[in-house]
Amino acid sequence: MTRLAAERRHVVRFTLNGTPLEGEAEPRLLLSDFLRHQLGATGTHVGCEHGVCGACTITIDGALARACLMLAVQADGCALRTVEGLAPSPARLSVLQEALRRHHALQCGFCTAGILMSLDTYLRRHRNPSESDIRDLLSGHLCRCTGYTTIVRAALEAAAELANDLTSEDRNA
Amino acid sequence: MKPAPFDYVRAESLDEALDVLAREGGDARIIAGGQSLMPMLNMRLAKPKVLIDIMRIGEFARIDDANDRVTIGAGIRQATLLAWPDLKRRLALVALGLPWTGHAQTRSRGTVCGSIAHADPSAELPLMLLALSGAVHLRSRKHRRRVPAQDFFTGMMATTRADDELIEAVSFQAGTERCAFREVARRHGDFAIVACAAVASGHGVRLAVGGVADMPAARDFPRLAGAALDDALNGFAYDLGARDDLHASARHRRDLVRALGRELITEVLS
Repeated sequence: MTRLAAERRHVVRFTLNGTPLEGEAEPRLLLSDFLRHQLGATGTHVGCEHGVCGACTITIDGALARACLMLAVQADGCALRTVEGLAPSPARLSVLQEALRRHHALQCGFCTAGILMSLDTYLRRHRNPSESDIRDLLSGHLCRCTGYTTIVRAALEAAAELANDLTSEDRNA
Repeated sequence: MKPAPFDYVRAESLDEALDVLAREGGDARIIAGGQSLMPMLNMRLAKPKVLIDIMRIGEFARIDDANDRVTIGAGIRQATLLAWPDLKRRLALVALGLPWTGHAQTRSRGTVCGSIAHADPSAELPLMLLALSGAVHLRSRKHRRRVPAQDFFTGMMATTRADDELIEAVSFQAGTERCAFREVARRHGDFAIVACAAVASGHGVRLAVGGVADMPAARDFPRLAGAALDDALNGFAYDLGARDDLHASARHRRDLVRALGRELITEVLS
């Protein structure tokens, strides 16, 4: 059994987008605040802080999670991915990010980090999603700029593009 | 938003968790997936002195299917149950209702038992537990007891769980194939304005309703149709004691109980 005292800071170690990192956190510190304030990883946005808006969505050991509904100390030993890990290089966007840009699927961009994480995770497992699959997934996010239509369009196009890439890989293999 | 300070205990075994609960029960809260408790902590609606994390307790990560009951351990996440290959065959109602519980992004962490422990009157899992003659398996240092769903919920987010007890599992009656589920919410995945589940039972149908009263409620209806069914549903809708709130009026809720109830009962009896 491990007991972490309320008034002290405790070492937390995890990998963030493949890089091992560590910091210190009181038990009550939210993972979202730990990422932004201790580690300076401000790509993950903070909106409602009670799990409704979806802006802080990341993945923990491959599964989607609201970073505001998790304590930093709970992430100890886990593998975290955030929006900073999506682009293959600083000069190149991922297929999904590029599709969102092309379709004007963001305006203020506040919700985008979380939406990208949900879509990226989903499209890795579902090569041929329907529009209603995408809309169902997006129901876990609030966007107040786009009306979602362009996000759905971008996601479907990215899915088709990723499926094509995979097929041509298969053909060459 | 910042939760008030608390000690964080990572229990590696059931005994460790029960020891802490026995000593500090009234000041302690169990955290599993955290999808109900974390918002309460963030808004300081809950201010425990100790948080006991049970997600590393190996024996809680189990789904047991035996003797006509499916028992789901406290560590099973909603997404895990949704992906259980036997779900449709053994718990058809849960297969219908679970996709309405939160969103993919919260089901991936939220647990089945956690939602039942939280006992939100609009939540789908307490409603389905009631519809499927479910039970809550409670455990403390000293004893073990199994409470039927209809006795477990006692009011708005209130249950019979004692301070030194934790939910080690919940169990549902398995194999009830003739069932139906409907929900009306502002947005898919939000808490229900009204949610209804119907299950064929004996010579009739059991209808369970959530979102209307302080806790989910169920009633067994004999085989009825036409005006007789409408009258019976109207009686049930009034007996639930709906109140107006900012999401819907009491009358709208009664309308939904009558309309959804009729649809579901007709579907299950057809």
